[in-house]
Amino acid sequence: MGTGESDVDCKETIERLYHYLDGELTDERRGEIKHHLDDCPPCLDAFDFEAELRQVVADRCKDRVPDSLRQRIHEALLQAERDRHPSGA
Amino acid sequence: MTMVQAMADQAHFADLAMEHMPSLYSAALRMTRNPADAEDLVQETFLKAYRAFGRFEEGTNLKAWLYKILTNTFINSYRSAKRRPEKADVEDVEDLYLYHRLGDLQATGTGRSAEDEVFDHFTDDEVKQALESLPESFRIAVLLADVEGFSYKEIAEITEVPIGTVMSRIHRGRKALQKALLDYAVARGLVGSTDTGH
Repeated sequence: MGTGESDVDCKETIERLYHYLDGELTDERRGEIKHHLDDCPPCLDAFDFEAELRQVVADRCKDRVPDSLRQRIHEALLQAERDRHPSGA
Repeated sequence: MTMVQAMADQAHFADLAMEHMPSLYSAALRMTRNPADAEDLVQETFLKAYRAFGRFEEGTNLKAWLYKILTNTFINSYRSAKRRPEKADVEDVEDLYLYHRLGDLQATGTGRSAEDEVFDHFTDDEVKQALESLPESFRIAVLLADVEGFSYKEIAEITEVPIGTVMSRIHRGRKALQKALLDYAVARGLVGSTDTGH
C-alpha cells in the first residue's frame, strides 16, 4: 500500500486500527499511525469506513423514551423519597 | 436530615441522572430485547442509583456508575434463563470483514451500491437487530464501546471482567456484528449475493 516514510507499515496500521479509533493508543503511537494515514490512501479508506460504520451503529441504536416510563420513574423516585423520610422530618 | 434537604437530594439526583435516561433505555432494550423488560430494568436502575446516591463520589463518572448498576441488574435479574451458548462464531471472519466484502462485491461488479450508500440503506431496526443478534457478553461489550463510547478500562469496571477479556469480547463482537450486517445487506439486495452460484 503506502510508500511513505512513516515508521509503521500498512500491516501494523491495520492491526492498530481499532485501538486508534477507540482512543486507546499513546500519543506517540497515535502520531505514528496518523503519519502513516496521511501518506497512505488505502489505509485511510479502511479507517474512514470503520469510523463511519461505528457512527452509523451508534446513531441507529437510539430509541425514544416512552413518556409513560419517564412518569413511572418520576413517581417511583418520589415514593422512594417518601419511604426514606416517612415522617416528613 | 430535614424534608427540605431530602427533597434537595432527590432533585439533585434527578438533575444529574435524568439526562442519561435515553441512552440507558436504549442500552436496556439492546440487553433485554424486550420493551417491557427494558422499562422495568431502567426503572430499577434509577431506584437503585437513587438509594445508593450517597455513595456516589461527585466528580467521578456518573454515566459509568449508572451503566454499572444497569448492567449488574440486567445480569442478575433479567438475563434469559435459557441463554444461548456464549461464543461468537467468528473464526472465519477476518479484520475489516465488511469493508473487504463490500469492496469485493464492488470490484466484481455484483455490488449495486457504493459502501456509503449501503450504510444509508440500513434501517434503524436492522442495525438494532444485528447488534441484538450477538451473544450476550459480546453484545454488551460492543454496545458499551461503540454505541456509548466507554473506554476499555471503563467497560472492564462496568462489566467486572479483566481488560484483556473486554478487548477480546469487543474484537469478536465487532466481527460478528459486521457479519450480521452483511447478511442484512445481502438479504435486502443492497449488495449482490456473495454466492454467485458459479
